[in-house]
Amino acid sequence: MSVLVIAEHDNAALRGPTLNTVTAAKAIGGEVAVLVAGSGCRAVAEAAARVAGVGKVLLADAPPYANGLAEPLALLIAARAPAFSHVLAPATTFGKNVLPRAAALLDLAQVSDISAVVSPDTFVRPIYAGNALATVRSNDPIKLITVRTSAFDPAPAEGGAGAIEEVPAAADPALATFSGQNLSKSERPELTSARIVISGGRGMQSGDNFKLLEPIADRLGAAIGASRAAVDAGFVPNDYQVGQTGKIVAPDLYIAVGISGAIQHLAGMKDSKVIVAINKDEEAPIFQVADYGLVMDLFEALPRLKEELEKAR
Amino acid sequence: MKILVPVKRVVDFNVKVRVKADHTGVETANVKMSMNPFDEIAVEEAVRLKEQGAASEIVAVSIGVAQCQETIRTALAMGADRGILIETRVETQPLAVAKLLKALVERESPGLVILGKQAIDDDCNQTGQMLAALLGWAQGTFISKAKIGDGKAEVVREVDGGLESLVLKMPAVLTADLRLNEPRYASLPNIMKAKKKPIETLTPEALGVDVTPRIATLKVEEPPKRKAGGKVAGVAELVDKLKNEAKVI
Repeated sequence: MSVLVIAEHDNAALRGPTLNTVTAAKAIGGEVAVLVAGSGCRAVAEAAARVAGVGKVLLADAPPYANGLAEPLALLIAARAPAFSHVLAPATTFGKNVLPRAAALLDLAQVSDISAVVSPDTFVRPIYAGNALATVRSNDPIKLITVRTSAFDPAPAEGGAGAIEEVPAAADPALATFSGQNLSKSERPELTSARIVISGGRGMQSGDNFKLLEPIADRLGAAIGASRAAVDAGFVPNDYQVGQTGKIVAPDLYIAVGISGAIQHLAGMKDSKVIVAINKDEEAPIFQVADYGLVMDLFEALPRLKEELEKAR
Repeated sequence: MKILVPVKRVVDFNVKVRVKADHTGVETANVKMSMNPFDEIAVEEAVRLKEQGAASEIVAVSIGVAQCQETIRTALAMGADRGILIETRVETQPLAVAKLLKALVERESPGLVILGKQAIDDDCNQTGQMLAALLGWAQGTFISKAKIGDGKAEVVREVDGGLESLVLKMPAVLTADLRLNEPRYASLPNIMKAKKKPIETLTPEALGVDVTPRIATLKVEEPPKRKAGGKVAGVAELVDKLKNEAKVI
């Protein structure tokens, strides 16, 4: 058995979800190799080679791979996949975009968003927004899989000594061109890897009021998230969204502020270790999953929380 | 330009699903079924493109049991021109669906296929990407904006870190994210009119596509239930518990 992990990176550094995917690869067993496809991305390959448990890094360094476009990258994955029993990518917008395209090129089914490895051909994956867990077996000769990163711990970034092997680029179909990006800039940790997440919902009433979460997030080293209702209301951009159609998080502590607890939001955070809910509506469904519930108007609770956290330093 | 819009019949998003007692799946008997919400957004986008003059005809396609006709009728009431039902009782998985759609694309020659980014039942998020691969077309997935121009589509994609812009060669496959538009409600006159629009019925066999599932579902279970904890009396107690009981801050 041998597993190929498709690295997610920005040509300078390996992105966090790659490390969780390596852990899933180790759970399957066998040799773990990482494919780093990018442009001017040797530093990423070197970082991938240092990840504990990685035996080999395949480096494809060519301009078509600069921006992670699915069309050229899927051709490269399809060319490399036959040497492996499994190909894994994180179930991020990057992995979800490219891996099904590679699967279809190879006439293989894909198992999406696995949360556990039962055996090399059997996996658990959430369906219906996490309201049911399906145990599925893939009958295909190569298993193509995306990995729910919140369900696997990140592999240690240091400790490995993998060999780097350069591989040739595949054909460039030149179907799409990258024309720019508008990424949210934040000094705070990333939502999907933060140890603590504080999220606001419709109860925040405006985008301005999200500022009330900031000092608390800064004090706790937390990432800031939001419910779909808050995103739909235009309070914050979509990349804040936690839920079935946004990001799936499982931090040590999740603080839901002014969030009622719709099924589709719970799908994105119910695997958090400790959940705190702050809501003035005692009947809000979020309290049914919260370890600690505080029935209080958030505009009263947040300033006090800031104060108490200062005191608790 | 013709637009093909595949629509899936799924358990309505408001229904709280129940796992069957024999653990073979979730209960779908006597449960309200609706069009997959992301597919509604895809239909709406196609209708808007037609209203803007960028498209001439919209064909709504559904794959599954005979009742998928209702889902097609919903698309027709929103503004699609005609429907195609590929009728099968087999559980169609994304690769099989992509192959069926490819066969239809070859028959219908659309300039654009717009799908929902994922279905809210199996949450796979694969079909659009697979169809684009099989056709050798460009793909614009999880889009929140689309501008269709001369031989190209400019799209904005919702990615984990924010937004990304791409220019795609046409023909192309697009998959709709939530913020692409807000789907309209079909008016009563349009629902009546939709009843007269034609729906053609085909089968996977007629299209020469093998839809045998590649992935076997061994069992379906309820996720472990979270127990509700207690209420705290105030902020001071909350901070104390987080610090000394849960030890997370």
